Parts: sequence; C-alpha cells; structure tokens
Amino acid sequence: MTAPGSPMLSPERVDFDGLTAAVQERFSAVVSISRADKGVALSLLLRDPESLPPLSLFLYWEIGCSFGGLVVEEIAQNWRLSYLFLAPRSGWVSVVLEFPLGNNSVPSITAVVHAADWHEREAEDLFGLKFENHPRLGDFILHDQIWPEGAAPHRKPQRKSVDVHQPHLRRRPNPNWRPLLVVQDPGSFAMPVGPVYEGGIGESLHFILETVGEDVLRAAPRLFYKFRGVEKIAEGVPVSQVLLLSERFAATSSFAHSLAFSSAIEKICGVEVPPRALQLRVVLAELERLRHHAGAITGICESTVLAVAASQAAIIEEELLRASCRLTGHRYLFGLNKPGGICRDFTSDDFRDLLIAVDLAVDQLRILEDRLHFTSSFLDRLEDVGVVDLNKARDLNLLGPVGRASGRCHDLRRECPYGGYEQYQFEIPRENEGDGYARLRVLFAEAAQSAILLRQAIDTLQPGSVSAPCEATHSGAALGWAEAPIGAALHWVRLDASGLVERYRVITPSFNNWLGFHVAVEDFAFQDFPIILATFALSATECDR
Amino acid sequence: MSFWFWHGLWNGIRSTRYPGIVESDPGVTPGRPVATEFASPEQASLAAADCPVNAIVAQGSSAQVDLRTCVHCQRCRFGGAYPLEWKQDYEWTMVAASREKYVPLPAAYRRSLHIMVVDAGDCGACLHEVKHLNNPFYNAHRLGIFFTATPRFADLLLVVGPVSENMRVPLLKTYEAMPTPKRVVAVGACAITGGVFGSGFMSAGGVSSVLPVDLEIPGDPPPPLAILHGLLTVTGRKALAPRQPDFGRTA
Repeated sequence: MTAPGSPMLSPERVDFDGLTAAVQERFSAVVSISRADKGVALSLLLRDPESLPPLSLFLYWEIGCSFGGLVVEEIAQNWRLSYLFLAPRSGWVSVVLEFPLGNNSVPSITAVVHAADWHEREAEDLFGLKFENHPRLGDFILHDQIWPEGAAPHRKPQRKSVDVHQPHLRRRPNPNWRPLLVVQDPGSFAMPVGPVYEGGIGESLHFILETVGEDVLRAAPRLFYKFRGVEKIAEGVPVSQVLLLSERFAATSSFAHSLAFSSAIEKICGVEVPPRALQLRVVLAELERLRHHAGAITGICESTVLAVAASQAAIIEEELLRASCRLTGHRYLFGLNKPGGICRDFTSDDFRDLLIAVDLAVDQLRILEDRLHFTSSFLDRLEDVGVVDLNKARDLNLLGPVGRASGRCHDLRRECPYGGYEQYQFEIPRENEGDGYARLRVLFAEAAQSAILLRQAIDTLQPGSVSAPCEATHSGAALGWAEAPIGAALHWVRLDASGLVERYRVITPSFNNWLGFHVAVEDFAFQDFPIILATFALSATECDR
Repeated sequence: MSFWFWHGLWNGIRSTRYPGIVESDPGVTPGRPVATEFASPEQASLAAADCPVNAIVAQGSSAQVDLRTCVHCQRCRFGGAYPLEWKQDYEWTMVAASREKYVPLPAAYRRSLHIMVVDAGDCGACLHEVKHLNNPFYNAHRLGIFFTATPRFADLLLVVGPVSENMRVPLLKTYEAMPTPKRVVAVGACAITGGVFGSGFMSAGGVSSVLPVDLEIPGDPPPPLAILHGLLTVTGRKALAPRQPDFGRTA
C-alpha cells in the first residue's frame, strides 16, 4: 500500500491565491470553489464523488497539505462529508461531498492519504457508511465480539438501530471471536497485552504482539475500550453542557480541547474575544503543555526503570499541578474556558506565585535533562528505538512532538495561528532522528519554550475585560482548533436554530498518532515495547473519546 | 552515574506526613462546595439553577450540595451571582449510596493493602491522581498500600470512569478473579453516577450498575489526598465522612 508519486517533503510554497488557481486549473470541471469562513478558508464542493481520491492526492502530495480529518454529518436528507486539509500558509481547506442518505457508498481515500484510514473506519462503524476499496473495515470502535453488525449508533434518532439512551447491560461477548493475526510462520504466536493493563496503573487498551520468539514482528493496538460516545452525547444539548464534556473527555489536555470548542462557538456567534482573555488563554494553555510534558518525561523515565529520575520528574509535575490549583482552583484547569473568553480574571499577585513555580520547574527540567544526557544506561534504551523517519511521519501525518521529532514542522500555533499566538516570539523545536531519544529531547525543548511563551504573555498582559457575552442563539457550523500538548486538536460544531448542539465532531491528535504508532513498533525486542509506548506519550482516552 | 544518588539525597524528603498531620498547601486539593445559607429561598434556588449537573439542591433558604454528582466545574464558586461557600478539605470518602453501612477489611490488611486499578473509561484525571499516589509527595508505600498488576493478589478494586460498554466485561472478569474478602471503591464523579457521560449506549452510568460498590470517593478528579483518605478508610484506619442526606435521587 504505497501512495502514487513520490512524497513531496519540501512542499512547493503556494499561498492562498496560488492554491485556488491550481485547484481551478486542474479540477474546475468537478469542483465548485467558494471562500468560506467560520474557521475554514476554502470550501471545495465536489460534484462527482469519483474525483475525491484524485483531489485528495493532489492536495496532500502535490500541494503538501496535512490531513485534518473527516467530518460526517446528516443534514436533512443528505450525507455531508467534509474532508479537512491544512494547506501551508492558506488555512483549512474543506473538501465537501454531499449525496442522498439512501446511498451509503463513498470512494475511499485511504489508498492515497494513509492518514485517513482510521477516520474512514470510524465512519463505517458509527454511521454505517461503506468506503469502497478500503483495505480493512470492521472491528474498530464497536468491538466485534460485543456489538452486532450494522449498529451505526451515531445516526440520527429516527434511523438508528441502537437506543443511545439506554445501557445494554446484558449484552454478552461472542466467545468465538478471534483477532486478525498477520504473522503466520510456523511457531509464531501472539501475546495479548491488556485491556486491564499488567503494568499496574495504566489506561485501558489492548495490544496484540505477534512474535516468533525474541523479537516482536508486529504490534497492533486495539483501542476504543474507553469509547464513551462523546460526540453522540453532545447532540441536542446546550453549549454550556457540551463545554463540560469537552473538558472532561481527555483531562491531560482539557484546556486545549475546551479552547478549541469555545473558539468554534465564538466563530459561529461572531464574537470577538477580548485581548486580555486571549492572553490568559495562552498562559493557561502553555501551563498545561508544560505540565503535560513533565508528565510525559516522568513516563519515559519510569519505562526505563530509572527510579530517581522518574521521582524527580514526578516532583516537577506535582509542583506544577499544585501551582495550577493555587492559581485557578483546579489541578487540571477545568472550568476556566467558556465561549467568549475566560470565566475569571487573575491579578499580578496570582501570577507571581505561578511564575516562581514555572521557573523552578524549568530549572529542574534543565538539570534533569543534563543528568539524563550523561546516563549511558538510559540512553542505550532510547537511542535507535522506535524509529520513525520523515517519510513515514509525513505519510501517516504524525502530529505534535512525535511528528516534530521526525523532522516534520507541524504546529498549529505557527502554521495556522489562533488566539494571538502570532504576536509571541517562540521556537518550534525539531529533531531529525525520529527515535525515542529525539522525542525526549523535543519534549524537554518544548517545555522550555512553553515557559518562555507563558512569561511573554504575562509580561504583555493588557488590561480590560476577560470575556465577551456569547449567547449561542445562532445556527451554523464552525471549526475550532488548538495545538494540544500532543498535537493538533480540531473541534467541528454545528448548532441548530435554537442554539443546541446538532453535531459535535472531535478530532484529536492521539487518534491521529495512534494510527502511526505501528510503524515505530515493527521488529523490535519485547523489552523495548513500554519505552516506545512512553516516548509517544499517547493518550487512549483522547483517542477513544 | 553516582550523581543520581546525590541528586536524590540533595532533594531531601518530600513526602507528606498525612495522615499524621493535615496538609495545608492550597494546591493539594481543589476543595468542595458546602451547604450555604442564603437570605431567601429564591436566592437559594437561583444558586441551585446555576449548577449544570444539578448537584445543588435548594432546601428552604439553604443550598445543599450533593457531592456525589458534583463535577467541580467551579461555576458555583466564581460564576454566578449567588456563590456557594467552598471548603479546602479532602477527607470526603463516603459509604456507597446503595449500602447500609461499610464493614472495614480485617486488621490484617491494615499495613498490607493490595490494590487493583481498573480504568473503565476514565478521562485520565482520576487515573493520574491515583498514579500520583506513588510519587514522592504521597508515597503510598509508606502506609502499606501497594498497587498490584494482577487481580489474584488484590484485596481492593479501585475503579475510575463511568464503565464504558467495551470495558464492562473486562471489569466484571477482573472482579470475579479477585479472592475474597474484597472491596470495591468507585473513584470520581464518573464512577459514582456516570458524571458528564451519564448513562447511555456506551456508558453504564457508574460502577454500581455493574458491581456492588462499597465506598465512593467523590470529586472530578478527587485529589491524591482524598484518594489516600479513601484507601485508609477501607481498612478502618480513618473515619468515613458522614453519609450525605438523601436528596430523593438515590438509585
């Protein structure tokens, strides 16, 4: 399964007009182009579904867009599928496909854009869409041993076959279900890990390690044990309630997700967020990134059983949690964002305590990095382990620190600035090796950059109000985004005429990066597995939703 | 690489002395809303209307708090016109609403409590706070509390999350694999009532709908010290918080 044409690693620098002209020239017969707003810069409405794969190929491999995600909606009697691409220097491009509900068949773009694989599998499971020529469908979110075929629980109420408001506590698993195994050598076997994790305290997920003895040839993650149907729960619910959900489905990056959700609502309502609120959002988002990275570093040290370093990193993380709690009243920054701004203001006295804690954390992280750099037994475990090269990172659209450790330069704060990030001076750390050590170095460097950003935002803090009134009474749809600690988070929200949420689509960086995880765990030794997992810093709950 | 040894020594002892002393750092707990008296019944019902999860119940001119359903959104603290009082404590583990009373594990478990943690669809916050019990600040080992990797060694099942449909069977299997006597503790608002996920096609709406729960540690998430208090009450080393009044909604 390789994409046609060679991947363009240094994409041709096209701006917005150049992109529009190029699409016009190549696809004018099948595409109607419109300048959109509400977060999407360019909307391409396809008249012929068969031209979807060539258009995706053109955007992804020739223009050098990165893939955002797939948004499936049922609007009146039509399916509406929006494929989101982020064009360099042009913003979000949405390729829209509309067709009647009776027809459930769509051409798959997985063969040309590998990053779309899981998005299509998800849509097949939850909406019952059929993607032609997709290499592998089924057994994804709805696990095959529990769920009946064709359940499609995310469809609109009158068409669904599952009652979404009732738990099914008597459903029994099918004892004859077996996972799909790829390695078929004589003597090969599969070692199952999880979902109740043997490592002690861990998130629920399952791995099938296929091996012929010492080395693992293939490790396939099986996720969605924690799937809670966040997108479905949010339907028909007021914005203030969905805000709670957006904070609480992935707590380690809750601020980034509530920020993306709030900005989508702000775009629908056309609300201008006051400058002070934007700056406070930067402060809190960077505080969250710093804390998340300290936690990820703790995880890496723990995975190599370097006890003192793990303890030191855990101390840094706990100090940052306490500083967050002293500042905001919540250790995980819940209950701060709201559409229109921030719920409460802070004084410069509040920030003095925070800055002391942040400076201390940065100092201690620097000392920790120095010491780790001279710990050869630690480096032996990380170097050349779980290597993802730039081609594969681009192919699978790896986001966040993982992508940047493989040399990708994908950061929404820089590529598609939001919330006033364009006014700050900061660097986007990059490494080229793509191994575990490169990912660790990127985490350390990003933590330091977050502290710099946080200080800049506090130093330039403007007076004024911290929220604008934002009543969700408009109907409409918009895209909100934020660079969460693990990568790009996209929230697509559609409100109905009474201001209730009609469709809430969450595309998380973990969902994207879990898809690429398997390339890092091909042909490796058993004992490296927890280390590779820790250096990816992936979250199952953010992926599962 | 002997510098790690010195590095550790240089940092000194960071562990809390709880339960011997009470931790007072404002960062260790988000606190909780407590019953508040207002000037009139109207003000109390306005305060109750501000709560997005109906955790505030107006009774006369006072606003009572159902801590089991509270998701710590802080809207009753900073948001509304009639804020509730918040208390910066953390000893709030309660007997499960479905139980008459709790019988602690025998004295032999006091210094050797082995815990199996199951993540049943948690958002990561409660699980993180449970994990933090092993960090140098809380250091649960010093109290004879250990996390185990297999249910066969476990005396206590700690469940976080609202019990997602795909985790229901693994959770039941874990419970069945544990030897008796055993206890089940639900950690966090989601594990107690389903929290913001409620009950639906993918969430069972709390652990008590699939397993008999003994103790509940409310909070979203409960801070590590609240969880530590809960673990100490399992063997009777700490007293439970008083059962809260029935607000006419117990399942």
